Amino acid sequence: MIALALPAETTDEGFVAPTIEDTHYPDILPWGGEYGVWFEGGFGKQMLLVIFSVILIASFFMAASRRRQMVPGKLQFLGESAYGFVRNSIGKDIIGGRDYLKYVPWLFAAFFFVLVNNIFGAIPLLQIPTFSHPGSAYAIAAIFYILWIAIGVKKHGLRYFKLAVVPSGVPWYIMPLLIPIEIISNFLVRPVTHSLRLFATMLAGHLIITLAGSAIEYMALSGSILLQGTGVLVLGGAVAMYMLEALIMVLQAYVFTLLAAIYIEGALHADAH
Amino acid sequence: MFNAAIMAAEEGANPLVPNGWEILVTLAGFAVLMFIVIKFVMPAFEKTFAERTEAIEGGIAKAEAAQAEANAAREEYKQQLVDARAEANRIREEARAEGAQILASLKEKAAAESARITEQAHVQIEAERQAAVVSLRAEVGTLATELASRIVGESLADDARSARVVDRFLADLDNQSAGAAK
Repeated sequence: MIALALPAETTDEGFVAPTIEDTHYPDILPWGGEYGVWFEGGFGKQMLLVIFSVILIASFFMAASRRRQMVPGKLQFLGESAYGFVRNSIGKDIIGGRDYLKYVPWLFAAFFFVLVNNIFGAIPLLQIPTFSHPGSAYAIAAIFYILWIAIGVKKHGLRYFKLAVVPSGVPWYIMPLLIPIEIISNFLVRPVTHSLRLFATMLAGHLIITLAGSAIEYMALSGSILLQGTGVLVLGGAVAMYMLEALIMVLQAYVFTLLAAIYIEGALHADAH
Repeated sequence: MFNAAIMAAEEGANPLVPNGWEILVTLAGFAVLMFIVIKFVMPAFEKTFAERTEAIEGGIAKAEAAQAEANAAREEYKQQLVDARAEANRIREEARAEGAQILASLKEKAAAESARITEQAHVQIEAERQAAVVSLRAEVGTLATELASRIVGESLADDARSARVVDRFLADLDNQSAGAAK
């Protein structure tokens, strides 16, 4: 990447690498402000895509679940498989018990919300994973942060906080060391990693594709046969990166939901851990 | 990335600072999605799953019930067959015993009857013989008297005399028959 960016440093009119600023498109309905500032900036592409994803997911699953046939058609089968995947592979296997169904809607909505918003990054023209903007990632991680703490408190009362930070079966003289670590890891680091994992992978992937794309454009239009040849190589690499990104988009949706399920399970069975 | 981070830093924008509107849109979008999932999608899917499970398990249960019923019926038939066979045997045995009993009783009855008839015959014969003896005696007496009176030509009206003659005659006859019997 640094090698690709070198021309930018050597010539004034050379290649200018795209920055994080370029992942933020001009506002569609501008009401002023810039990126990186609280409550400034207008209604942008990213917000439009978030709303679009909700409409997309809701309409697909409404259509798939409407018929309710004993022997499902293609659409219903697809919807049932998607729902059944989250319900059984994540909800039932991780949370288990009798009342895992209570938490399935959260996991189900989160999985497809994250998945569709990530996949947007791999679709031409849409081409931005909405979670590459930190606000969305913080928001959805915060929802689950509040959710699993609420579940823990509801299940165990205020004793939950003691259960969550005091490990059992540990000698008392290690406690002063362990309790702060548990507090930090469970209540401070956990929501941060939960959101940043999603945000960072999406942003990095998007930047790589953007960088490759603009580099290819620059090289193709440079007029130099050597740079154009290199451009073909970069194109090959970019396609490979694109595929990797598509994989990571799906994987991160799964990881996000899986972690959410693990946190909920941990809160439910805090007394057993 | 390195380059981009430097440039971002130069422009003063921190990539980790979120945009409030984006947070609100995401929260609102997720809330709407949750509402739709809880209200429509999940109940529909769960109901379909439950109905399908019900249909499959109900079918299996029904088949099992039918199988059990068939087995029970078969057992019952078998049992009935065994019972019927035993019953038939019993009845046959009974019939045989009864037949033997009837035969025996009939035989006995027949023997009794024949004995009775024989006895009766004996009695009758004896009575008839007795009657014959009496009537013969009377007749022979009369006849002999009559013959003798014809031969003698005199009436043996004298009863005492005639009775004596007859008795003597009969005593002779008895002696003769006793001698002959010897």
